[in-house]
Amino acid sequence: MNAGPPLLEARELARHYRFPGGPLKRRDAVRALDGVSFTLREGRTLAVVGESGCGKSTLARQVTMIETPTSGTLLLDGRDVAHADAALRRKLRPQVQMVFQNPYASLNPRRTVGALLEEPLVIQRRGSAAQRREAALAMLARVGLRPEHYARYPHMFSGGQRQRIAVARALMLNPRLVVADEPIAALDVSTQAQVLNLLADLQQQLRVAYLFIAHDLQVVRLIADDVMVMYLGKAVEQGPADAIFGDPRHPYTQALLASTPSLARRRANARAIPRGEAASLTAALAGCAFRSRCPRAIARCAVEAPPVVTIGAVRVACIRASEPA
Amino acid sequence: MSGKCDALVEIRDLRVDFGTPARPLPAVDGIDLSIGAGEIVALVGESGSGKSVTALALMGLVDVPARVAAQRIAFAGRDLLQMRAAERRALAGRGIAMIFQDPHASLDPCYTVGNQLDEALRFHGNAQERASKTVRRERSLALLGEVEIADAAARLRSYPHQLSGGMAQRVMIAIALAGRPRLLIADEPTTALDVTVQAQVLALLMRVRDERAMAILLITHDLAVVAETADRAVVMYAGQVMETGTVPALFDAPRHPYTRALLDASPGHGAARERLRTIPGVVPGAAHRPPGCLLAPRCAFAAERCTAERPAMRRIAGQASVRCHFALTAE
Amino acid sequence: MVPASRLAEFWRAFAQSRGALTGLALVVALVALALGADVVAPHSPIEQFRDFTLAPPFWDNGGSLRFALGTDAVGRDILSRLIHGTRLSLLIGTISVSISLTLGCILGLFAGYFRGLVDTAIMRLMDVMLALPSLLLAIAVVAILGPGLINAMYAIAIVLLPHYVRLMRAAVIAEAGREYVTSSRIAGAGALRLMFSTILPNCAAPLIVQATLGFSNAILDAAALGFLGLGAQPPTPEWGAMLASALEFIQRAPWVVTSPGLAILVTVLAFNLTGDGLRDALDPKLRRSAA
Repeated sequence: MNAGPPLLEARELARHYRFPGGPLKRRDAVRALDGVSFTLREGRTLAVVGESGCGKSTLARQVTMIETPTSGTLLLDGRDVAHADAALRRKLRPQVQMVFQNPYASLNPRRTVGALLEEPLVIQRRGSAAQRREAALAMLARVGLRPEHYARYPHMFSGGQRQRIAVARALMLNPRLVVADEPIAALDVSTQAQVLNLLADLQQQLRVAYLFIAHDLQVVRLIADDVMVMYLGKAVEQGPADAIFGDPRHPYTQALLASTPSLARRRANARAIPRGEAASLTAALAGCAFRSRCPRAIARCAVEAPPVVTIGAVRVACIRASEPA
Repeated sequence: MSGKCDALVEIRDLRVDFGTPARPLPAVDGIDLSIGAGEIVALVGESGSGKSVTALALMGLVDVPARVAAQRIAFAGRDLLQMRAAERRALAGRGIAMIFQDPHASLDPCYTVGNQLDEALRFHGNAQERASKTVRRERSLALLGEVEIADAAARLRSYPHQLSGGMAQRVMIAIALAGRPRLLIADEPTTALDVTVQAQVLALLMRVRDERAMAILLITHDLAVVAETADRAVVMYAGQVMETGTVPALFDAPRHPYTRALLDASPGHGAARERLRTIPGVVPGAAHRPPGCLLAPRCAFAAERCTAERPAMRRIAGQASVRCHFALTAE
Repeated sequence: MVPASRLAEFWRAFAQSRGALTGLALVVALVALALGADVVAPHSPIEQFRDFTLAPPFWDNGGSLRFALGTDAVGRDILSRLIHGTRLSLLIGTISVSISLTLGCILGLFAGYFRGLVDTAIMRLMDVMLALPSLLLAIAVVAILGPGLINAMYAIAIVLLPHYVRLMRAAVIAEAGREYVTSSRIAGAGALRLMFSTILPNCAAPLIVQATLGFSNAILDAAALGFLGLGAQPPTPEWGAMLASALEFIQRAPWVVTSPGLAILVTVLAFNLTGDGLRDALDPKLRRSAA
C-alpha cells in the first residue's frame, strides 16, 4: 500500500483531568481519553464518531498539540509530539491545523477576512506583505469566495461562508493534516452539502489528510475512508468505513446506526433503540463501559475489560465480537 | 386520516411582519396550515424559512413590534384572533403546549423539577389538581413515569442543571403534558441531543401521541426525522409553503424542485462517498425577497414565467399541494 | 448593498440616544474651551484686580460685563478662572485615566490569561486597594508624595486602577476560551501575541465605557483633593481649590461658590451621558441586530 510511516499514529493515547483536591480530598480523575490507538495516512480521512462525552474533542486537542497527553504516544510523521518540548511543537505546528464547529465563534470578529487569512503567515513569518496578500487572495478563490470579500468583516457573512473562510485559514500554512471538529453540524442542510463538497475537493487537490470528528453517521458515510467509533474515552470499533457500515460488530456501533434517522426507514424501530444514557466519565468501572446499556451483555462483561478483537480489517473491543450477530 | 372540515388547527393566510409599515420584512408570507386531531405534521425548512415564527404565531407568542395577521387562526373550531387576550392565554399551555430546542434554556435554573411541574399543574391542571397540592404531586409522579424517567420521586427534587440533556428534554415534555393538551408544538426538540437520545425522545413522542390521541406539530430541518415520525409534511422556504404532502409519498416523489433539492443535499440520500448535489446561492433575506417565485434565482428549472409571476398554491391529489408553475412529475 | 463600515454602524447606534448626543456636544464644547482658553477668556486667571474684589455677576446690581461672573476675594475674574480651570480638569481626567487604563489593561490581561498564581497575586493586591475608601486612598498617596497637581493625578490613577483590572480580567477570562483564540494558538501564536493582538481588541468595549465614566470620577476626585488643599495649589484655577477658598463667602457672595460647583456638575454630567451612550452603542446585546 503506502510506503513510509503513516502521517499520524497514536498508541494508547490517554488524557486524564484531575479535579483540584479540595478539603474533601476528592482526587478522582476524569478519563476523557483512555487508551486510543489509530493510524492516519496522508491524503486519507479518518472519521471519529461518538456522542457527547466520548472524548473526541479531547482527542482533537491532543492532536493539535494544545494539550499534552497524560500517557501514550502520538507520532506525527514519525516524531513523538506527546513528549515533545515547546520548540519541537512550535516547529511542527504548521503541519496540523483545525477547523472548528461554530462558524460564529471561530473567526476573530475584529479582523477582516484578509487579515484572518494572512495571520497564520504573519505568525510564522512567511513571505513579504505582498506575497501574503497574493496567497490570501488565491486561497479565497479556492474556497469559492470572491476578491471583494477580502476587506469585509466576518459578521457580514452567512454561516456557510464563514466556515469556508475558516477552512481557507486552516489551509494557509499548507498543513498535512486538518482536524475538522464537527465542521458542518451548525449549518443548514443545503449549506452542509456545499461545505462537504468543498472539503472533498480540497482533499483531492492538496492531498491533505482529515481527522473528521462528527456525530452524524450519514455525513461520515460520505467522506470517511476509515472510521473510529468512540464511547466514554475508548475506541470500541475501528476500521475501513465500508466494513463498519456494512457489518458493524460492536453493539454500540449497531445502536448508533439504528438510532440514526434515515430517509429509507419508515417508522422508528423501537426495538433497536438503546436504553439509558452514557455513564459519567469519573466512575471507575470494572469491565466494559457499555454494559449497562448493551443488549448483548453477559456476566463476564462486568468483570473483564473487553479485549480488542481483530476481524478482517476491523478492530472491535467486545468480548462477544467473534460470535455471529 | 381525519376529514378536513374538523381539523384541530386551521390556519389560513398567516402573515407575520417584522420591520416597519414603510419597509416590511415578512418572516411569514401567506401560510395555510391545517392539523387534524392526533396527526403528526412536520414543518420542514432551513433557517430563515419562517417555521419557528409560524409556531410562535399560533401560540400567540410573537412580540409587539412584529405584526401578525391572518384570515383565520382556529383551534378546535374557535378563532384565536377573535378571542380576548386573557382567553387566549388560558388556551396556551392547556389546549396547546410547546417544547423547545434547548431544554436547559427553557427550564428555570432556580427552581426544582417538582416546583416547575407543580406550577404547570396549578395553572393548567384540572379542577382537583388546581385545588390540592397532594393531587398535584401524585400527578407529577405519574407524568414523570409517562416520560420514562426512573426514580421519579428523587427527580422531583433535582434542579435542571443536574439533569442530562435527554432527561431535561423529557422533563420539558412532562411539563408540556401537564395540561392535557390536544396539540403539542415541538420546535426542533431533538437537534441539541445525541443521536441515541434523539431516537429515545422521538419514540417517546410517538408513544405519547398514540396513547393520548394528541396532535403534534414537529418543526425541524432534518428530513430523516420527518420521514420516520411524521404523517404529513409541510415544506417551507423563505416564509412561504412550497409543498405539502403525506409522508412517505412526499419523499418518494417530490413535486417541488426545492423539496427535491433538499433530498439531494441530505447526506443519507446518496451512496457512500458520492458527491452531494447542492443548490447554489443562499436563502434570500426578509428584505430581499424576489418578486416572482422565491426559489427562481436558485432553481435549476427556472423559466421566464418563474421570475415574473409568483406561483399560487395548487392542490394535487388527496392532501398534497405544491406551489410551482412546473411541478415535477414522478420519475 | 455596500456593507457599512464598523464606524458608521457604531455612529448610527450612538446617535439614536438624544442624551448621548447632548453629552457628546457638551464634551466637544468643553474641549474647545480648554484648547482655546487663552483666546476665549477675557482676562488672565491669576491677575488680581484689587479695586474689584467680590464683584457680583453682571445680572446683579453692582455687576458689569467686564467681570461677567463676578470676581473672587482677591479680585480675580471668575469666568476666566473657570475657563482655564476647564483645561486643568480635562488634563487631570485624561492623564489619570490614561495611566490607570494602560496599567489596568496590562495587569488585567496577565491576570486573566495566566490565571493561577499570577492571577491571585494581582487580584489580592487589587482587593486591598478596593478595601480602602477611594478618597482616603488618594489622600494617603498625596500625603506620601506631597501636595501638588501632578501628584494628585498619580493618586487618582492609583485609585481608579482596581476597577479597570477587574473589568479587564473578567473580559479576558470570557474571551480566552473562545474558539478564535484557540485558532490563533494552533496557528502558532505565542502568549504575548495572543494577549495583546488577539484578545485585547475584543475586550475593549467595556473598558472604553468605563474610561469615559472614570473621567468624571477623576474630575470629582481632583476637585475633592483640591478642596482639601492637597491637589492644585493657589493660584492655580482648579475648580475644587476655587470651591475651598470660597466657602467662607457663601453667605456674602454666593456666586464665588456656585460657579465652580456648576462647572463641575456640567462637566461630570457631560461625560456620564457620553459614557452611557457609548455603552448602549457598543453592547451587542442592547443593540438591535443587523438584518
